[in-house]
Amino acid sequence: MSIQDRKIEDEGLSYGVSKLTTDKIQQTFKALIDNETGAKLKAFSESCVRCGMCAEACHFFVSHGNDPSYSPVGKVSQTMTKLLANDGKVTPDDIYGMAQVAYTECNLCRRCVHYCPIGIDVAYIMTTIRRFCHKLGVTPQYIQDTAHSHSATMNQMWVKDDEWIDSLFWQEDEAREEFPTLRIPMDKEGADFYYSVIAPEPKFRTQLIYQAAAIMNQAGCDWTMPSMPGWDNSDMCMYSGDFEMMGRLKRQHFELAQKLKVSRIVMGECGHAFRSIYDNGNRWLGWKDYPVPVVHSIEFFAELFEQGRIKLTHKIQEPVTIHDPCNIVRGYGLMDKLRYVAHQLCDNIVEMYPNREHNFCCSAGGGVINCGPPFKKVRVEGNLAKANQLKATGAKICIAPCHNCHGGLEDVIHHYDLGIELKFLGDLIYELMEKPE
Amino acid sequence: MNSLYNFAVGPLAWAAFIILAVTAVWRLWSMHSLAKQKDASSVAYMSWKFSLRSIFNWLIPYKSLGWKANPVLTAVTYVFHICFIVLVIFVTPHQILLENAFGITYPTLSSDAADVLTLIVIACCCYFVYRRVTNVTVRYVTRTNDWVSLGLVAVPFLTAILGSWSVGGEIMPLLHVLTAEALIVAIPFTRLAHILFALFTRAYMGSEFGGVRHCKDW
Ligand code: SF4
Ligand code: SF4
Repeated sequence: MSIQDRKIEDEGLSYGVSKLTTDKIQQTFKALIDNETGAKLKAFSESCVRCGMCAEACHFFVSHGNDPSYSPVGKVSQTMTKLLANDGKVTPDDIYGMAQVAYTECNLCRRCVHYCPIGIDVAYIMTTIRRFCHKLGVTPQYIQDTAHSHSATMNQMWVKDDEWIDSLFWQEDEAREEFPTLRIPMDKEGADFYYSVIAPEPKFRTQLIYQAAAIMNQAGCDWTMPSMPGWDNSDMCMYSGDFEMMGRLKRQHFELAQKLKVSRIVMGECGHAFRSIYDNGNRWLGWKDYPVPVVHSIEFFAELFEQGRIKLTHKIQEPVTIHDPCNIVRGYGLMDKLRYVAHQLCDNIVEMYPNREHNFCCSAGGGVINCGPPFKKVRVEGNLAKANQLKATGAKICIAPCHNCHGGLEDVIHHYDLGIELKFLGDLIYELMEKPE
Repeated sequence: MNSLYNFAVGPLAWAAFIILAVTAVWRLWSMHSLAKQKDASSVAYMSWKFSLRSIFNWLIPYKSLGWKANPVLTAVTYVFHICFIVLVIFVTPHQILLENAFGITYPTLSSDAADVLTLIVIACCCYFVYRRVTNVTVRYVTRTNDWVSLGLVAVPFLTAILGSWSVGGEIMPLLHVLTAEALIVAIPFTRLAHILFALFTRAYMGSEFGGVRHCKDW
């Protein structure tokens, strides 16, 4: 099968493609190659020996009955290889297919790197294709909507400034019934840290802000949440290929921390947002180190446990499994800390295999879930591999410390009828910790 | 015929090696300056420690996930590359050429051993052809360039073994030299360029995984 046989109707892609000409495509491609890519792309493209060893790494390939067009090298061959071979002279229809491959059939999870003897980073090549499509104005409608939201509101979900503040007040209010002294300190200058979340939290999962506030308060943290734009650490522009906007988002996120004079930033349980600060956004801005130290929730929770600041009433006894989110595990080496925290909370951890940095992706990451309903089927069916992994553990609870993973795994669990409950670390800590009488 | 052969192992061989040396240096140098100019945010993370760590671990058969998942291909790949290198250096006629040109002497393979290794290399090439045709993924991505590269590698070994068995008379050694020279010249311009770049791509990935991603890449 090739991409031509499985095109999916998407308004964003159709509209973008309708305005293209072959000339425009070629000019844009040449400009991209001349101005934005370098030795990395060249060396990757020329040294791939087309051995196909990377195929088995990819959950899309494995789950779609070993269809070669879903293999990492197969995806490269339908996109970058074709563009390079034709010096960018391809049809608008080709671009439609390339966009569909790059945006919706690769999670940029980098698992294939573990399989490639030459060390070729297919995720980088797919990111470059996305950048190209962005420059051509050919992006899936749903992810483009979130990118527009970023540029209009500096958050991903069109949350208005007052709605954000309202949500924090609302959660503070609610929580005070359970924790009478609880505060969500807003814009507190000089606090130990500011807690940043992704915009879907106030929009869809407000209870996570409640839980975080409960944990911070019970642990006696000196913390704050900002009222100003910059509170959202998410970054769909990194995935849509709008790197200029990606840079603006990251800058604002850090500048807010500097404005508030906090010692560091603690980021919620999200993987892609973290990738955008350690890997993509920071590099676009030319930063090797962050202007303000930043940690992921996993690191932060580990710290709280190490310091004995969280007291639990009991631990979970039934079998619990752990899903390793690509962006913070293969991407940032947090597998041991994740296990440390999980073992604090649960007595019976059943590992799934492969795990840690060799994990299979949830198939939602890399902006794939953000491309919306038209592409849901390919993503969920493309993760039979994960469903099998989850099933084999026999666990009824799965810890997944990442929003994207939650979205993706929920769909997988539902589709394959696995009957597994998904938990954030924050969910479990909140559930198990000592609360006021 | 003799003078043609002498020309092939003499001036032509020199030409092939000089072309290889010049183009290889040029390709590596231009890649290096392109990286410095355009990939600064990647070059910044290059590290000796993580580069060597990655290269070392990927040199061990069956250590990485990739090698583990493809047991037969792994065996064939290692055997192929090892025999290839051993033959190029330790086969007696090659040593004699080096001795004539530079006065270098060292122990060499017996002609029987050389024949066996040559046959192994040819068998490996056959496996590569077989896999390229039968493995759906590999077939899906194979382009002319891949066949050309494989052909360029296989033919010098075919002609060597036929020559060793005295098939085709004097023409065979001459063909061996000519096809080997074609192979040498083609390295920087075909898929064989992985000979030049693989260490660097591996080193780069190792540095990224070690320095940025804090985990291993195998
Ligand atoms: S494993 Fe690496 S060299 Fe082999 S086909 Fe895949 S990307 Fe190319
Ligand atoms: S989804 Fe992951 S394994 Fe598959 S091609 Fe993309 S980066 Fe590689």
